[in-house]
Amino acid sequence: MRELSAPRGIWVIAASYVLALVLTTWPLPQWAESFRPAWVPLVTVYWCLWLPERVGVIVAFLAGLLVDTLSGTLLGEHALALVLVAWAALWMHLQVRVFPWWQQCVVVAGILALNAFVLFWVDGMLGYTLGAGTRLVPVLVSAAIWPWVLQVMSRAHQRYHVG
Amino acid sequence: MAVFRRQRSPQLFSSRPAGALRTLLMICMSIMLMVYDHQTGRLKQIHAALATVVWPVQAIVDAPHSLLTWAGDKLATHRSLVAENTQLRSQVLQQDAALQQFAALQQENQRLRDLMQAAAQISGRVSEATILSAALDPYRHLVVIDKGSHDGVYEGQTVLDAFGIVGQVTRADPLASEVTLVSDPGQAIQVEVNRTGLRTLAVGNAELTQLTLPYITNSADLKEGDLIVTSGLGGHYPPGYPVGYITHFERDPAEPFAHVTARTAADLNRGREVLLFWPSQPLPQVELPPKPAPVVKTKKKK
Repeated sequence: MRELSAPRGIWVIAASYVLALVLTTWPLPQWAESFRPAWVPLVTVYWCLWLPERVGVIVAFLAGLLVDTLSGTLLGEHALALVLVAWAALWMHLQVRVFPWWQQCVVVAGILALNAFVLFWVDGMLGYTLGAGTRLVPVLVSAAIWPWVLQVMSRAHQRYHVG
Repeated sequence: MAVFRRQRSPQLFSSRPAGALRTLLMICMSIMLMVYDHQTGRLKQIHAALATVVWPVQAIVDAPHSLLTWAGDKLATHRSLVAENTQLRSQVLQQDAALQQFAALQQENQRLRDLMQAAAQISGRVSEATILSAALDPYRHLVVIDKGSHDGVYEGQTVLDAFGIVGQVTRADPLASEVTLVSDPGQAIQVEVNRTGLRTLAVGNAELTQLTLPYITNSADLKEGDLIVTSGLGGHYPPGYPVGYITHFERDPAEPFAHVTARTAADLNRGREVLLFWPSQPLPQVELPPKPAPVVKTKKKK
């Protein structure tokens, strides 16, 4: 393990997750529900790409448990999906950092498709096969808003010297 | 500093920060949690702790709505209050008149039931709860209410609204509980057709306010508009509460069963107030024949 300096601005990471959770459960009209971006995976991808020393699979796992509790899914379902998201982001974080924004979007789409697939797979095993056709819509929406997420998150990241 | 260290890393696809072992451990833990939660439903403490952690998030999300309601109450004009009061008073009078008849009918029903030696109807006490405006998993029909095990809410409790069955409590955390609506695709409710007494199952589907009745034979006596009520079989719901109205009945000679759908009686997509139901006596449990061999010790209630 790489030795680490004292953590700074951990509260920014926590705040980003709280905001993501609020946005995840914010009530939307029925038609807009299937366009809701996957906020928590997006935040996880950001931190895993740009701050892999602090945010990794364990933070992803804990965030996943909170999502499971908030959304009423099986305990561990979102946790599993987010651990895989974090793993994928960490695995290629050095490459993705130097990608132009549109290539990053493609990578994010891939990672979030993995997330959606895990959720769909677990739901399918439980007998919830609803919305099989619309599961990819949030993935595309999330990938499309990635440049803005990146902007906002890196502003906060630099402004508060999170490290 | 960190930048220099990172440059020393020779390979692009560094697996160092992830730690294959740690990732594997987390994956195993998630899967174990899921299996354990699904098989036994015995992770109540963990759930309760996590629910307390996320409660502020639910409160934040619900804040604008409750603030609006509160402001609406505060800023209501005198005239609108008087109008509402008059309307409520006339409503109470009408309902009182209906109740007079109800008391007589109940007596008569009791006498007839005694004659037939049938079990008495289940009555109980109800208490109000408010649905929090938090969006849950979009592929399930769940809501969160603002009453929890601190208020006596228990798992499997029946939830009603002014018009009929809303669903049942599937998780009772200390400060809030999760209610699975009758229209959830994973739910089935034991019903009977009020007019004919035909007993069947109603299961949820993708639509929020729709139920499917998959086991109605083609020869069944059923028509659109028929009221379906809980039959009380299975012991999950008290008998005799409205569940829905038949909206579509189509005989299909090519198939063993007819295509039947119903609209839920409860106002599932608009209502915010629900009623929690505490039966005055335990709901009658149906005795199941003994199983040949115990496969699972405890089974999660559906």
